[in-house]
Amino acid sequence: MSLFLLFDWALAIEKIILVSVVFAITLGVAAYSTWGERKVAAFMQDRMGPSRAGWGGILQPIADGVKMFTKEDFMPNQAERWLYILAPGAFMFVAAMTSAVIPWGTELTIFDKPVTLQVADLNIGILYIMGFVSLGVYGIMMGGWASNNKYSLYGAIRASSQMISYELAMGLSVIAVVMMTGTLSLKEMAIQQPGINWNIWYQPLGFLIFFVCALAECNRAPFDLAECETELIGGYHTEYSSMKLGFFLFAEYINMFVSSAVISTVYFGGYNFPGIDPGWLYGFAGPLVLFAKIFFFIFVFMWIRWTLPRFRYDQLMHLGWKSLIPLAILNMLLTGLGVLLFSK
Amino acid sequence: MDFYIFLTLAVISVITALLMVFARNPVHSVLYLILTFFAIAGQYVMLNAQFLAVVHIIVYAGAIMVLFLFVLMLLNLNKDSEPQKSNLWKISGAITSGMLLVVMVGALRNQIQLPAAAEYQPDRGLPAVLGRMLFDSEFVVPFEITGILFLAAMVGAVLVGKREIKV
Repeated sequence: MSLFLLFDWALAIEKIILVSVVFAITLGVAAYSTWGERKVAAFMQDRMGPSRAGWGGILQPIADGVKMFTKEDFMPNQAERWLYILAPGAFMFVAAMTSAVIPWGTELTIFDKPVTLQVADLNIGILYIMGFVSLGVYGIMMGGWASNNKYSLYGAIRASSQMISYELAMGLSVIAVVMMTGTLSLKEMAIQQPGINWNIWYQPLGFLIFFVCALAECNRAPFDLAECETELIGGYHTEYSSMKLGFFLFAEYINMFVSSAVISTVYFGGYNFPGIDPGWLYGFAGPLVLFAKIFFFIFVFMWIRWTLPRFRYDQLMHLGWKSLIPLAILNMLLTGLGVLLFSK
Repeated sequence: MDFYIFLTLAVISVITALLMVFARNPVHSVLYLILTFFAIAGQYVMLNAQFLAVVHIIVYAGAIMVLFLFVLMLLNLNKDSEPQKSNLWKISGAITSGMLLVVMVGALRNQIQLPAAAEYQPDRGLPAVLGRMLFDSEFVVPFEITGILFLAAMVGAVLVGKREIKV
């Protein structure tokens, strides 16, 4: 009748292992992104960056984790207790859930058994990602409101109105890709981009819009008005300390990792790369190539943060509503025309 | 297994819906309603209607409820500023609505013939099937008219939102 009657224990164990591995890699990449961010920032500003903990500061994320856990966990007197505790968890949960539909590679043969390197091949994969992106607002809003501090509330309202605005343009740019590929499944999208026949060659404008929106959705500079220190102290997490603050900051890096993975899969061919025939090596090389692409985009995120100054709030709204959305609609129309004229 | 999952989701949705009504704090109400939406989305997944489930989450939990929360936070409504009605009002309200319920049940008891449940089609909710149903068959005209209706509502909202209208 439905999926649950056909319960397959081997599949369940395989998926549990895959989920654990993906989760561990997500956390690991996010942790080392904090180190990478400091190193990139230091390089851009002609400094050394972290250098004390381990070689080249390689143990810095662990030191940071220990610091976060052992700091005093302070809670404001007038805070809405349960929502205040729930908010960082909700934010982190939503960030970590998004990676479930990303195809990390084709198939690996382990002990003569083909293992699909994707946690869930939903036929609505890209919509699943849009759904969880739109839920990311709640962690921020709950945190900002429950802190009972006007600066936190301002930060939360800024962050959420920004995320709502940029979601629209993001969705419209994704629609163009969906029209072109004729599928909502990320796996199917990856399969349709063999070799170097990537979607970026057909959707350059769509990619640009998607990338700008991804920056805004992650609350990254130049769109980090939610934590604009000069105006808002620290934004929605002003009142947070210890590991609760750590969760908010860490989830931002997870979001960055997942957005880079989505960008690589949707526009840059995912695990595909030119110059190798699909053979046994392909299964191993695919994920490595995907990760190389992901690390490149994480680097671009950092590069932009340490290069561009922050927008003003009205400029942010103008860009979102009056430039990106009309451009995305134009892109959609052009894609429709292209599909009509050149469809296979 | 299916039945127990259904039961769990149903209990969650009923409890959170009741909590949404009874919560004193409007922000808590909105958050409970979001949980209700999740439980309902779970029911859609159980019916293999993944597209409907995810659109339900995107539209209701991701957009409409965010706007609700937004307005509540901006207005800073909380239980202290909410006007509390006296017990007399509450009792009279309960009696009148109870009487209305009795009249409605009495009037409609024998009038309603529920149609037999449609046969369950597992692939109904898949995006390709749904798209073909909306664009390839008799539903295409109502669907397009709904789209125009939404556009008109959006233009209207923008016009109302503008302070001065120069005609």
